[in-house]
Amino acid sequence: MNELLKKSATEQSKALKNKEISAVELTTEALTRTKSLEDKLGAFNSFTEETALNTAKKVDEKIAKGEELPLLAGIPLVLKDNMNLKGSKTTASSKILENFVSPYNATITDKLLTNMVPIIGKANLDEFAMGSSNENSAFKKVHNPWNLNKVPGGSSGGSAASVAACDATLALGSDTGGSIRLPASFCGIVGMKPTYGRVSRYGLIAFASSLDQIGPFSRTVEDAANLLEVISGHDEKDSTSLDIPVEHFAGHLNDDIKGKKVGVIKDLMAEGVTDDVAKAIENAIDTYKKLGCEIVEISLPKLKYSIGIYYILATAECSSNLARFDGVRYGYRTSNPENLMDLYTRTRAEGFGPEVKRRIMLGTYALSSGYYDAYYKKAQQMRALVTQDFVETFKNVDILISPTCPNTAFDLGAKSSDPLAMYLTDIATISANLAGIPAMSIPAGFDKDGMPIGLQILAPQLQESSLFNFAHKFEQEHDFYKTLANI
Amino acid sequence: MITIKDVEHVAKLARLELTEDEKVLYTKQLGDVLKYVDQMNEVDTENVKPMCQVIDFKNVMREDKVIHDISKEDLMKNAPDEENGFFRVPKIN
Repeated sequence: MNELLKKSATEQSKALKNKEISAVELTTEALTRTKSLEDKLGAFNSFTEETALNTAKKVDEKIAKGEELPLLAGIPLVLKDNMNLKGSKTTASSKILENFVSPYNATITDKLLTNMVPIIGKANLDEFAMGSSNENSAFKKVHNPWNLNKVPGGSSGGSAASVAACDATLALGSDTGGSIRLPASFCGIVGMKPTYGRVSRYGLIAFASSLDQIGPFSRTVEDAANLLEVISGHDEKDSTSLDIPVEHFAGHLNDDIKGKKVGVIKDLMAEGVTDDVAKAIENAIDTYKKLGCEIVEISLPKLKYSIGIYYILATAECSSNLARFDGVRYGYRTSNPENLMDLYTRTRAEGFGPEVKRRIMLGTYALSSGYYDAYYKKAQQMRALVTQDFVETFKNVDILISPTCPNTAFDLGAKSSDPLAMYLTDIATISANLAGIPAMSIPAGFDKDGMPIGLQILAPQLQESSLFNFAHKFEQEHDFYKTLANI
Repeated sequence: MITIKDVEHVAKLARLELTEDEKVLYTKQLGDVLKYVDQMNEVDTENVKPMCQVIDFKNVMREDKVIHDISKEDLMKNAPDEENGFFRVPKIN
């Protein structure tokens, strides 16, 4: 493999500008490595070689003319396969969309293409982004590059595995309850969920619209900040996208954090946290102390309800969003339906996998007559309380930290027969989606088996620059991010 | 407690055909999840306003203008069954 593939986007950009390598060569190297690892990792649903090479050629033409390159031009990137790229298959890893070809670009795709970022493929995911281990893909499981017998985390498992294995330098994921941060943690890379509304969701296949947000994967904090800058901004095609200016998020990476207050969420340091993870977080606390921060213990009393709240709200929204998959206008259709109802029920029975059906059932139940107040309305009220907890807490601290997950990556198959056990994996990540705040996972060490541990950092709404600042400061104190999966 | 009858009713609402095995499995699994969710009832939410959006959104208005972003031909390419630019479905009953 070309050693440059192991470098950050910032370093690769320099190499392109200095003509050490051409964009076409870099993209070709990335594609070659990606394809050679696919049998082991299962990270890709499809490759988009033509798009990638066409984009790379444009980058080389610009370099030849001596023109200034846009941010991240020429850096190989992977799209999670629930984001539309015109002319490519967008499957959401579901049988129901197995042959769906995007007739349009997602807004983030347009932004990437404007910045000449070569999109090398579409990454595998849990079907419709529903899952925590990437074992729910209708096509194949994704394997963790650090240990192929372990899960990469979900639902953006293919995106994370690809960046961790150094085949792509960057990736996009979507995060509804932790689907970027959890796989980032399990795969030892950086993964970030922005403030709700920061990034347009137009062209993202909806799971739970009030929680979904697209965000970056990378191997360094600076790369994540730059990728967020490329994809964020107001979009009139998404009425929930915020009409605020795009910030240069990497502009504050080196700001002094001396005297700032770091809150440690003690509710997430208690039961279920493995010794190795607890040690890594203690180490992170020491790092922030060393950097001059004041450490404050924080309790978020409503946090323990967040999984329950989430599995009502997210499933209710998904049952509504996934009603559109009915075999009429696009996607899979059952054979020889007797009548329209038969077409609907059998198309959906055959097209959706078990976890998606389970969530549609749960959400439909929560919204059904007689249960709406007890479940859906109650969960919305609880969501308000969880959010209020964060608002109050952030009056006293600048950021919050916790483990991204109480444990490191588990074995493939370990939790696949027990949905509730799988849902509990998201205990630390879900509340950020409920409250709409930005949060990220960064590498924070390794357990006794050499599996990566993630540190989660959370900031108030729209404080992404501060989030990246704290994350970068931590990153530069350690060399966890320099240790790469040996694959 | 959720029963097989509930599951059958919900499956009908959700337009999902379930096998007998799935009905039994989902009755148990949904029951487990709902039991866990019931923890929410420990908290008094009597006067709490339900939250449906985390950011203060205003109603977004725009000009009522037709934009042809995607051609009809391109959209119909994904149709499972099509005739003269229309989606074909079996009889309703």
